[in-house]
Amino acid sequence: MPKNRAAIIGVGETAFRSHHPDKTYVELAQEATIKALADAGLTMDAVDAVVFSMAPTQFMGVNDADKWAIDSIFAAGKPFLRVHTGGATGGSALHAAYAHVASGMFRTVLVVGADRISETPDAQHILNLIWDHFYEHDVALNTITMTALSTHRQMHFHGTTEEQFARVVVRARRNAMKNPYAHLKGMITVDDVLRSPRVSWPYRLYDICPRSSGAAAVIVADEGVAKRQCSRPAFIKGIGAVANTVFMGDRMGPYADTELSEIPEAAYAGREAYAQAGITDPIRQIQVVELYDPFSSTQFPQLESLNFCKRGEAAKLSDEGAFEPGGLLTVNPSGGTLCTNPIGVTGLVRVADAALQVMGKAGEAQVPGVRNALATALGGSVQFVTCTILGTDPT
Amino acid sequence: MEKLPEKKDGDVIHGEWNVRYAYSMGKVAGKFFEGLRRKKILATRCTKSGISYLPPRAYCERSFEPCDEWVEAGRDGVIEAATIVTAAFENLPRPPYAIAYVRLQGVSTAMINYVHGLDLGDVDSAMARLKPGTPVSVEFVETPVGRVTDFHYVLRSAS
Repeated sequence: MPKNRAAIIGVGETAFRSHHPDKTYVELAQEATIKALADAGLTMDAVDAVVFSMAPTQFMGVNDADKWAIDSIFAAGKPFLRVHTGGATGGSALHAAYAHVASGMFRTVLVVGADRISETPDAQHILNLIWDHFYEHDVALNTITMTALSTHRQMHFHGTTEEQFARVVVRARRNAMKNPYAHLKGMITVDDVLRSPRVSWPYRLYDICPRSSGAAAVIVADEGVAKRQCSRPAFIKGIGAVANTVFMGDRMGPYADTELSEIPEAAYAGREAYAQAGITDPIRQIQVVELYDPFSSTQFPQLESLNFCKRGEAAKLSDEGAFEPGGLLTVNPSGGTLCTNPIGVTGLVRVADAALQVMGKAGEAQVPGVRNALATALGGSVQFVTCTILGTDPT
Repeated sequence: MEKLPEKKDGDVIHGEWNVRYAYSMGKVAGKFFEGLRRKKILATRCTKSGISYLPPRAYCERSFEPCDEWVEAGRDGVIEAATIVTAAFENLPRPPYAIAYVRLQGVSTAMINYVHGLDLGDVDSAMARLKPGTPVSVEFVETPVGRVTDFHYVLRSAS
């Protein structure tokens, strides 16, 4: 059991788009920091420690850019920690801040990060370099081909169709119209998705997230600070995280102990987070989820692993409108990762957008009556998974 | 290859990383690549768990014991997952090409490599021939050099 309760009391996001020609990388992180501090009604004097959310730095092109960011995010003189679990980085960074506060080590912690995926045209080359040079790098793996392979199994086992994936994209882009920070947004049709150029079967261009630039920050504080500073904090009620082997070939076939296409790591992380948060019936107790969904096929297995429905049922429920805003479960009212993917902070954006829903600050995207919200993040070869439950009540 | 974004002079400073490496293989990968040069695919096996690994591992990730045997993988196997890439990625082969995770005879895990000899003109019908469970065989290049691309897969019906 944690010593102290912890809550998110301030959120800051920049706009996410391909380029931010008006700011450097560290100035983007600074903008999110200033916004989160203002939202929490605090100055940096009140922050005890800083967690920096940063994945591969080859995208923005300054090796280990966390050191460059220190003064811009006002971290000089404070304990500082960079977290990196690939795409799951932002989720892991939030967990690190939670552990700092829940342990009683610190009362108030800033979590901040920025990314600029379009600073280089070689993003998928960088994402090929995350594989070892012995066995997997030479065989054209990158984040697109690796999830296309896993989606092949998902379609084989459950009969999920490209059209069902396309509906997820249509919903995401429509939801993103209500999120002022989202990168891709607009009214598109299933046909638009199915007519976009093929990239790696079954993916077409619109099945794939954009390369986004931008920054996000949250302030995590203990219950005393939270009650003083915030009329409606987003209490961190449960966290779960799990790592698995990098080798996707170990996660398929009769001898495997986990099935790649099911994102079973989300079941393990979810089970732990649910137990801490007292969630026994997720579909009734949780109103909003912000899933890490860089591809159109990434939502269904997560919804199933997190017990919002039975295995193989999510696509049908999606077709029926169950995951629309105000439906059975509102999935990614922000537009999600499909619309905005600044990789090193995307997991933190999921948490930030879930927190805004709990705090009643999600603006046009606000879902009425949110008591609990869940955020996930996925990283590496879908081998790092974090799950975070936020709620209006501390227990 | 995609070009760098068009920017007005003075908006950006251009840069490039040129970094070279010599990756140490170690004993396990070293034996695997030495096997490839002899046109053999060598897996490690843990007698305690009964799991055999490709790519080979020094330790069994189930039993946490050392993998204590080498076994030669069969030349036949089944597809577990596949995709056909039709877009050009920086520093990757010119599309289209097919890649697949294949579980070879006598091995518990699947290993990724290219699938050759398949007509990729119509992606949907080519993918229909790469379903999980489809039998494939290993084919070696004429002169292996000790890289994973020394071998690839071909559909058994087409070999």
